Parts: sequence; structure tokens; C-alpha cells
Amino acid sequence: MHQLFQHLPYFVAAWLFCCGLYGLITSRDLVHSVMCLAVLQSSTYVLLLAIGFRKGGAAPIFADWLSPGQLTVDPVVQALMLTDVVVEAVVVALLLAMVVKAHEKAGCTSPDDLRTMRQ
Amino acid sequence: MTERSRKRLFAVSGTVLFGLFSYAALNLPAWGDYRGPYGNFISNLAVYERHATDTVNAINYDYRGFDTLGEEFILFTAVVGVMMLLRRERGTRTKPLSQSGKLQDQPTLGVAVRATNIPAMILTIIFGFYIGLHGQLTPGGGFQAGVILASALFFIYLAENTDAFQRLTSHTAVEVIESVGAGAYALIGLAPLCFGLPLLTNALPLGKTGDIFSSGNIALISATVGVEVTAAFLLVMYTYLQEIITGEIPDD
Repeated sequence: MHQLFQHLPYFVAAWLFCCGLYGLITSRDLVHSVMCLAVLQSSTYVLLLAIGFRKGGAAPIFADWLSPGQLTVDPVVQALMLTDVVVEAVVVALLLAMVVKAHEKAGCTSPDDLRTMRQ
Repeated sequence: MTERSRKRLFAVSGTVLFGLFSYAALNLPAWGDYRGPYGNFISNLAVYERHATDTVNAINYDYRGFDTLGEEFILFTAVVGVMMLLRRERGTRTKPLSQSGKLQDQPTLGVAVRATNIPAMILTIIFGFYIGLHGQLTPGGGFQAGVILASALFFIYLAENTDAFQRLTSHTAVEVIESVGAGAYALIGLAPLCFGLPLLTNALPLGKTGDIFSSGNIALISATVGVEVTAAFLLVMYTYLQEIITGEIPDD
């Protein structure tokens, strides 16, 4: 149990991932699917930040009260996360545009109905 | 596949995934016990090498500058994708303008709301510039500033209507600004190659640490990214609004 708590943030990330995945496979609306994908991807934020965290580490912003050489959390994963956020935002925009197009062509946004229409 | 069988498959594969993940995660170093060396290197070096106090931005716009260039073009391509997907095809039935709800779109907002919107917009613009220009010193930078600046212009949409928003954000101008933002980053990166230096070599004076005009290329690249992100978000918003107002009528 103690060990579980030492790795808790990794399990939070896994939980978020599974929540998004469950929403994705039971989705009845494409807009809902896109939002589930966003939830699924947000698990990577938790994972990245959890990996870079260091006990007692300060934010890697140096100022009068924090000089280089003092303990900070890892800035590399934080920079990666910033990339992640930007990419997620534009991917959601692109996917929603596809949903709009699907609605125009098929008149519905339910994944199941879209499939039956093709047959 | 029916929904029930899909759920069953998810239950099985989810359990397996969770088991494997638990095994992997429990063998990782405990939370807060990170041992990677790169973070330490960069934390110790960024202030001396680049005179940038915000290490995260030093990584984004300098040490990992090439990756961010790629990221910016992901943004650029995705926005082009949105515009291409939602463009008007010839011969499609679109909603007529009279029915398109200029009436629905007309705000019923009070004068007080519209009056507060202007100061709110000005404050947001100032805040956006502040965040963008201090990226090398404090948390912030081009991406964040771009989003804030773009949302400042959405105040016009909130207070007035789509018409006013679209008149203010001239489509062609925003497109040009976006391309200039994306291209400027690439040019800043490529320019050192002409002098036989590696890609994205810092060319500007580093300045005094903690000064707004410090850290050379980081501040400059951050500014170009800010311009690009602002334009990109405005373009996406513009395209979606255009779709709502004069979108195609779905075939029944």
C-alpha cells in the first residue's frame, strides 16, 4: 500500500487514460468522442509532470531567491508538456471541423448511424 | 460490433493494460525521486548560457528550438486543415443570409455589458503583451500570449455580433500575419546556416539577465510564435463562425 501511494500520480494518469478510452468506445456522438480524446490525452500531462517532480524542488524560474544550482523540478518534461497542450488544442479544432463536415454529409453525428449509412 | 461486445472487449483489454501498467509504474522511481540528468544540466546552465531565467522557455525556444519549429508547423498545418475542411464547395446549398439568423445573432446585451467589454478587451491585450514579452523571464511566452491576445478579440464577438468580429478580423490580413509568424521562425532558424553556423544559433546579444531585452533569440522567437498563435486562433474562430452563419445545409 505504501508503495502504491509512492506511485499514485502514475495511477492517476492511467485512470484518466482509461476514462477517456471508455468514453471513446461507448460514445454515441462524435463531438463527445472528440472531448473524450481530449480527456484521454490529458493523462499525458499528469504523467509528464509526475515524472519530472522532485521532492522539495522549486519551479525552474530563477530569480533573486533561487539561483542556478539549487534544487528544481525537471524543466525538460514541463517544456514537453507545453508542446503537448498546443498540439491537443489544434487537434481538437481539426477533429471538430471533421465532425461538422460529417454532419453536413450524413445529417447525423452518431458513429453508429454513420456506419449504417455507408452500407 | 455491438456496444455490449465493445464494452466486454474493453473490460478485458483494460484489465490487461492496467495490470501491465501497474507492473511498470511500480518499478519506476517513487514520485518526487526523479533522477534524470538533463533537467539538472539545463537548470544549471540556462541562466549562464542564455541569460534566460525561465528555464522552460529556454528549452522550448532554444535548446529544443528545432522541435518547437516542428510544433509550430503542426499548428499551422492544422489551421490550414480546418480552413480546407470548412471551405465552401461550389454547387452546395448554403443557408440563405436572411434566414442565417442575423436576427438570432443580434445581441440582446445591455449597454452596461457592452461598455465593460471595451476595458476588459484593452486589459486582456495589455496582459497578453506582458505575458508574451516576459516569456524569457517569468512563466509565459509566445504560445500563452497568442491565446490571450486572440481571446481579447473575442470580446468584440461577445459584445457585438459575428458581423462586427468578422469585419474587424479581416480574413486576408490574418492569413498573411499567420504565415509571416510561421515563416519568421523558420527564417530565424535558417539564417545562421548562411554563415556556416548550426541551425537556430543565437545571433542576438544576450543582454543583462533579468532585463526584458535579454536572452537573445529566445525573446525574438517567442514573439514570432505569439504572432502566429494569435492569428491561428483567430482564423479557426473566424472559420467556425463563417460555418455557423452561412454553413452548408446537410442533405437529408
